[in-house]
Amino acid sequence: MSLLRHREVLLALAILVALVVIALRFPAFVAPASLANVFNDTAPLMILVIGQMIVILTKCIDLSVAANLALTGMVAALMNGAGVPLPVILLAVVVMGAALGAINGLLVWKLGIPSIVVTLGTMTIYRGVIFLLTDGKWVNAHEMTDAFKALPRLVVLGLPVMSWVAVALIAVFAVVLIRTPLGRAFYAVGGNPHAAVYAGIDVGRTQFWAFTLSGVLAGITGYLWVARYAVAYVDIAGGFELDVVAACVIGGVAIAGGAGSIWGAILGALFLGVIKNALPVVGISPFWQMAISGSAIILAVAFNAAQGRPKGRLILREAAR
Amino acid sequence: MTMQDPMARAIPDRLQSPFARALRSWETILLVVLLAVCLTNSFLSPYFLNAWNLSDATFNFTEKALIAFAMAMLIIAGDIDLSVASIIALASTAMGLVMTMGAGVPVIVLTGIVTGLICGAINGVLVAGLGLPSIVVTIGTMSLFRGVAFVVLGDKAFTGYPKEFAYFGQGYVWWVISFELVLFAVAAVIYWALLHRTGFGRAVYAIGNNATAARFSGIRVDRVRFVLFLLTGMMSGIAAVCLTSRLGSTRPSIATGWELEIVTMVVLGGVNILGGSGRITGVVLAALIMGMVTFGFGLLNVPGIVMSIFLGLLLIGTIAIPLLLRRR
Repeated sequence: MSLLRHREVLLALAILVALVVIALRFPAFVAPASLANVFNDTAPLMILVIGQMIVILTKCIDLSVAANLALTGMVAALMNGAGVPLPVILLAVVVMGAALGAINGLLVWKLGIPSIVVTLGTMTIYRGVIFLLTDGKWVNAHEMTDAFKALPRLVVLGLPVMSWVAVALIAVFAVVLIRTPLGRAFYAVGGNPHAAVYAGIDVGRTQFWAFTLSGVLAGITGYLWVARYAVAYVDIAGGFELDVVAACVIGGVAIAGGAGSIWGAILGALFLGVIKNALPVVGISPFWQMAISGSAIILAVAFNAAQGRPKGRLILREAAR
Repeated sequence: MTMQDPMARAIPDRLQSPFARALRSWETILLVVLLAVCLTNSFLSPYFLNAWNLSDATFNFTEKALIAFAMAMLIIAGDIDLSVASIIALASTAMGLVMTMGAGVPVIVLTGIVTGLICGAINGVLVAGLGLPSIVVTIGTMSLFRGVAFVVLGDKAFTGYPKEFAYFGQGYVWWVISFELVLFAVAAVIYWALLHRTGFGRAVYAIGNNATAARFSGIRVDRVRFVLFLLTGMMSGIAAVCLTSRLGSTRPSIATGWELEIVTMVVLGGVNILGGSGRITGVVLAALIMGMVTFGFGLLNVPGIVMSIFLGLLLIGTIAIPLLLRRR
C-alpha cells in the first residue's frame, strides 16, 4: 500500500513542480479561474480514465472508448435535432454507452477473444457507424438547442457542470472500487484470475461489467463533449483513447492487471491535462502534444517496471494482519 | 502480449491423409473466400477482369502486406507492434527532410529504411531489453513516432520528390507487374523461408508457445524478440519508401489506421493473436483477399470508412467464428 501511495504523492509533486515552473514565467496560468479551466478541460479525460482503469485492472484494455464517445455523442446530437427532450437524451447516452461497452464485454466474456483485438475492431466499427448515420455530415452549433449546449457549461459554485459530473463520478467509483464486492472483484480478477475463480468470482463476467462501465462513462462523456464543443462529426476525439491509456499508465495502473488506484489514474489525467493546457501558454507548438504523451507513456511503463511488479491490492486486510 | 491461452491448440492428427488435412486447413478456407471474392467482383463489374485494373488493385495490399509478414512472426512469438503506421510516418518525414536537403534517390531510400530500423530497435530495446509489455510500449511509441513527425511537419507537407524516386511506388518491372508486387512476392518467399525453414523460425514458434521453456532449451529469447521488432521496423521503413513514392508526398497523417489493417491481415491469415501458431501462406492469402475486397468496394463506389466497418467485423469475425465452431 505504501508503494501505491508513494506513486500518487510523486505524481502530485510532479504536477505541482510543473505548475510552479510555469507560474514563475506565466503567473496568469495558476490563477484560480485558469486552474478551474484546466480542470474542466481535463474532465472528459478524467471520466474516461476511471472506466479504462477498471478495464485494465481486469487484465484487459479498451481502445474503443473514444469511438464510443464519438458515436454516442453523435446520436445525442441527432436526437436533440429530432426534438427529443434533454432528460431522455441523457438517459439514452447512458444506455447506449453501456450497450456499446457491453458488446466489447460479451465478445471478451463469451468468446474469450483478447480485448485488444475486440476493441481495435469495435473502434473502427463504431466510427464507421457514425458515418453511416450521418453520411459524413457535421452537426453544427446552430443545429443544437440552447438547453442541450448550456448544461455542461452551467456554472455551479464556481465550476461548470462538466467538472462536477467528473467529480461526482470519481467519488462514486472511488466508493465502488474500495467498498463494494464488485470493486474488489475487479482487483481480484486481475491480480490472480485462478484465485478469483476459486473464490467464486466469475472472471469473464467481471470483465464484462468492466467494459460495460467503461462504455457508460464513454457515453456520458460523449454527450458532454458534443454539447460543450457544440459540434459532432465522425472524427471527434480521434486518438483520444491513447491519452486515456497514457493517463492510466502514468497513474501507476499496472497493465498486467490487479493493481492501481483511482487517485493515481485521475492524477495521471490531470498531469496530461496540465501539460496540454500549458503548451500554448509557454509558447510551444500544440503539435508537441502527441510526442509528449507518447514519451510519458514509455517513461511511466519503465518506471512501473523499475519499481518492481506492484503487488495486487490486499483485498482482505483482516486476514493479512 | 503475455496472456494465458484459453484455447487448446489443435494438434495435427497424423492418422489423417495429407489431402484431408489440407482440405480442412485455414488456408483452404481462405483460398475459397478469395475465389468467391474474385468471382463476385467479376459479376459486379465488367472492369474487374482487366489486367491493368487488377494490377492497380494490388496497390491496396502490397505495402501493408510487407509489414504484415514481419508482424505475423512477431505475433506468433507472442508480442505485438502497434507503432508500425507511426514508423511509416516518421520514416517518410525523415525521407522528406533529406530530400529537401538535396539528397539523391539512394540516400532517400536508405534514410527511410534506416529510420525504420532505428524505430524498431527502440521498440526492441524497450520490450526485449527492459522487459516491458509490448502492447503499452508500442502504444507509447505509436504516439511518440507520429508525434515527432507532427513536430517536424505541423500542418505542412513535403512534396517535390525526384522523378526517379517515383519508381518504387509507381514503376512497373514488366507490363502490368509493378515493382511493389515483385517486392511483395520476394518478401513473401523470404519470410516464408525464414519462418518455416530456419532455426530462427522454429525459435519464434517456441517462444510463442512457451517462452520459459524456450529459454531453458537454450533459445536466446530476448535476442529473437529484439530481432523481430527490428524486422517490423525495417519492413515499415521499406513500406514507407513505397508509400511515399506512390503518393509523391509526405504528410504527418500518412498511413493512419494501418496498424489495425495490418493486424487484421495477420489474424485473418490464421495467425493466433495469442501467439504460437500461424503460417506465412495464410498471411499472403489474407493480403490478397483484403486487396480484392477493397477493390470490390471501390467498384461499388463504397466510401473508405464503410470499408473500415467491414474490416472491424472481419477482424472480430475471423477470430470469433473458429471459437464458435469449436464450442459445438
